[in-house]
Amino acid sequence: MKILVCISHVPDTTSKINFTENDTKFDTNGVQFVINPYDEFCLTRAMWFKEKQGATVTIVNVGGAETEPTLRKALAIGADNAIRVNVNPTDGLQVAKELAAVVKNGGYDLVLAGKESADYNGQMVPGMLASLTDFNFINGCVGIEVDGRSVSATREIDGGNETLSSNLPLVIGGQKGVVEEKDLRIPNMRGIMMARKKPLQVIEGVGATAATSVQSFEKPAPKGAVKLVDADNVDELISLLHNEAKVI
Amino acid sequence: MSVLVFAESSEGKFKKTAFEVVSYGKKVAEQLGTNVVALTINANDSSELYTYGAEKVVTVSNDALNTFNAKQYAAIVTEVAKAQSATVVVVDSSIDGLYLAPLVAVDLEAGCVSNVVAAPSSTSPFTVKRKTFSNKTFSNTVISTDHKVIGVAKNSYGVHENPVAGSTEAFEPAIAASGVTSEKVERVTGKVTIADADIVVSAGRGLKGPENWGMIEELADVLGAASACSKPVSDLGWRPHSEHVGQTGKPVAANLYIAIGISGAIQHLAGINASKVKVVINTDPEAPFFKAADYGIVGDAFEVVPKLIEKLKAFKAS
Repeated sequence: MKILVCISHVPDTTSKINFTENDTKFDTNGVQFVINPYDEFCLTRAMWFKEKQGATVTIVNVGGAETEPTLRKALAIGADNAIRVNVNPTDGLQVAKELAAVVKNGGYDLVLAGKESADYNGQMVPGMLASLTDFNFINGCVGIEVDGRSVSATREIDGGNETLSSNLPLVIGGQKGVVEEKDLRIPNMRGIMMARKKPLQVIEGVGATAATSVQSFEKPAPKGAVKLVDADNVDELISLLHNEAKVI
Repeated sequence: MSVLVFAESSEGKFKKTAFEVVSYGKKVAEQLGTNVVALTINANDSSELYTYGAEKVVTVSNDALNTFNAKQYAAIVTEVAKAQSATVVVVDSSIDGLYLAPLVAVDLEAGCVSNVVAAPSSTSPFTVKRKTFSNKTFSNTVISTDHKVIGVAKNSYGVHENPVAGSTEAFEPAIAASGVTSEKVERVTGKVTIADADIVVSAGRGLKGPENWGMIEELADVLGAASACSKPVSDLGWRPHSEHVGQTGKPVAANLYIAIGISGAIQHLAGINASKVKVVINTDPEAPFFKAADYGIVGDAFEVVPKLIEKLKAFKAS
């Protein structure tokens, strides 16, 4: 089985988000970048397939040279090789079109991608990629098993889960549950050393264009101070929620 | 030209978000000087949507569509959008809405923006405000394609009545081959889900153990709320991870979010930022959550919560 795992290079989840150039550019100063957490679940699941069932695992990112440390980290976790599409994308459709070209050229059976990236949260790339490649698609996946060409997957729905069946080729939009957080792989020294020698191929994009662009960023308006209520006076809290906030 | 809204329903009944997206679609249609058309699939009474401004409702009734299938639903939305000459398609940002939107966008060669929180600030260029960086910021985003797909964030635009004398038109689509088959649907019945809830009661490690969750569930019951938890609690296995609220868990856009024994890590706050009113109950007055909260009680959950349950019961009964 040939697996492609899409890796987004995103600010660490604890990052403070700031902007420059009159609030038109994301300020990367002092920001630590990591593998998108949703992609990390998918990568670990791909490692599991590789070890238990036999698979080759390629990782791919659409981005500039600054994303290579993130790809090396994914290689250190155990991916076999990496592709960087040398494009600085500005929206999900552009990313999906560039990824679709990689998928079509690579003959992959299973494409795993986090259901969204932790920066722009668009939740569109896996679905668009599936449509553009005409692969089957399961989103919000919390479990996946592959038997030959048959796949059984579970996705989260409102208030429960749905089990689905499909054949390969398939695109999965994954999240926590594809593997549990405690099972995520941390690169060890051997993995880090090996990752340095693994192939990281840089390819030029196919010239996909974006359909959307960010004109400006905004932060939420500053919030007023918390109104503290005495622990012995929960009646006051109920009154505030009823009369002032009007939420009960 | 028109604006097409997909109004989601479940077991024949509209979700609350259906009324919000129709309200939103009506506003966009007004801005563009056109009409709003709503699409329903297996909804019992589609005329409800006239109340929120849908001049026309296209209804699809087919038992083969009782279970949501993204590819089949996307094909129907696309076909109706083309038939109605819709340049803007509006969906909600539910699990199914977010599954559907990118497929429709590719079919219509449309730019797609999800988690949108306000009506377009301009229609030329078409500019919408959406949540980004895990609810820490907003991005004013221009959609440059002729067709546009917009996913509206829950509880962001609101439900606005705008009654019109609408008409209904039945549509019988061909059901597309999907490649993905639903084998089993398992829902927790009788409980309010986090996605649907207007009020969410959430608890963290301050509860000390899973055996103490009874009072959290009782508080949620009294308020008609969903119960939820912080990430450490789901990691410890005290609660299922379907209840984990936060950046990599479930986002919450409730009217009221009550956090009990949760200190307020940045990833948790990112997941609940979109909630309107936040209440924090915590023993530690320095807990970061107090900075994000509207109301707070510095106190022991084991003393405060039982009192709150008792007083709320009396309040509800009065």
